[in-house]
Amino acid sequence: MTPGGAPSWSFGPSDSQRIEEILSNLLYESNARCALLVDRTGQLVTTVGEQPNFDSAAFASLTAADFSANDQLATLIGEEEFSSLFHQGRNESMYLADVGKRLILVVLFNQQTTLGLVRIKIKDAVIGLNKAFEDVFGRAEDEEGPALERGFVDEAEDEIDRLFRE
Amino acid sequence: MSMINYASREINCKIVYYGPGLGGKTTNLEYIYQKVTPDTRGKLISLATETERTLFFDFLPVDLGTIRGFKTRFHLYTVPGQVYYNASRKLILKGVDGVVFVADSQVERLDANIEAMHNLYENLAEYGYDLRQIPFVIQYNKRDLPNVSPVDELDQHLNPDRVPSYEGVAPKGVGVFDTLKAVAKLVIKSLG
Repeated sequence: MTPGGAPSWSFGPSDSQRIEEILSNLLYESNARCALLVDRTGQLVTTVGEQPNFDSAAFASLTAADFSANDQLATLIGEEEFSSLFHQGRNESMYLADVGKRLILVVLFNQQTTLGLVRIKIKDAVIGLNKAFEDVFGRAEDEEGPALERGFVDEAEDEIDRLFRE
Repeated sequence: MSMINYASREINCKIVYYGPGLGGKTTNLEYIYQKVTPDTRGKLISLATETERTLFFDFLPVDLGTIRGFKTRFHLYTVPGQVYYNASRKLILKGVDGVVFVADSQVERLDANIEAMHNLYENLAEYGYDLRQIPFVIQYNKRDLPNVSPVDELDQHLNPDRVPSYEGVAPKGVGVFDTLKAVAKLVIKSLG
């Protein structure tokens, strides 16, 4: 972690399993197609359900931007936040919900379910995710994650030289 | 805020190109997009106005490949240069791991550079980040134009801490990869 810079956080297999269980359960109960967790800086944390056939890095970055822009809109109209957003398409729709102010849960669904059901089930899932991430972030503040293998920096630097050239 | 995902064995690092309007931030990303091997980069996303001024951001993910078992990726962002888009600029800085300041070397743009640099410090401070503690490099762009300030003078105004700086002519690619390599290595060192 860089002192004075942004804190890093890490995410292990047991966190992953716990979170994926919550998301799988959400998909099962809501009959939605796919759930993605994105952090507020625009990075994809995990995907559960049907694997999306779009560019997920771009999707994650735009999701974070969408949520951040709407936060600013909320402030402008005197709201503290919009804790969820809904985008309706002809066939595919998406519902976005805040998770502990650090992540965004995105659920993609189609006409096989209803907005009402998705919304109710997302509320339950967000409670579970909030609890899970309190543990992840609580731990990140207390201790560093496992160290990266020795040699990582040297190897990454070589790769940077190889990739970023004319 | 680099995210190390030990479950999926991924590391993602966010690098933001900052600077005054029309300084060449988007041009840097476009050049990188054109020159890196296509299978190592994702789509270049540009949220721009009809006149191609950046409205929100440009975004380009670049894969470094798998390093010691970790899929390592840089997410490159630009911010809008125009002053009235400060809200967007600040949002993009959230969770930044490394910053490139793209300065416009032309004499008449010196004040705009200084203003953008102050604005960068202020916006980072609002997140509790200190630019002196974050991987940071400067690119003095547009060195091919006739009316440019000498690098010493630019250093004096924009680079008191003497962070690594590179002269650039972004449309021709001059300095583009040197700048990117420098910031990318600093970011990687900060992880190790």
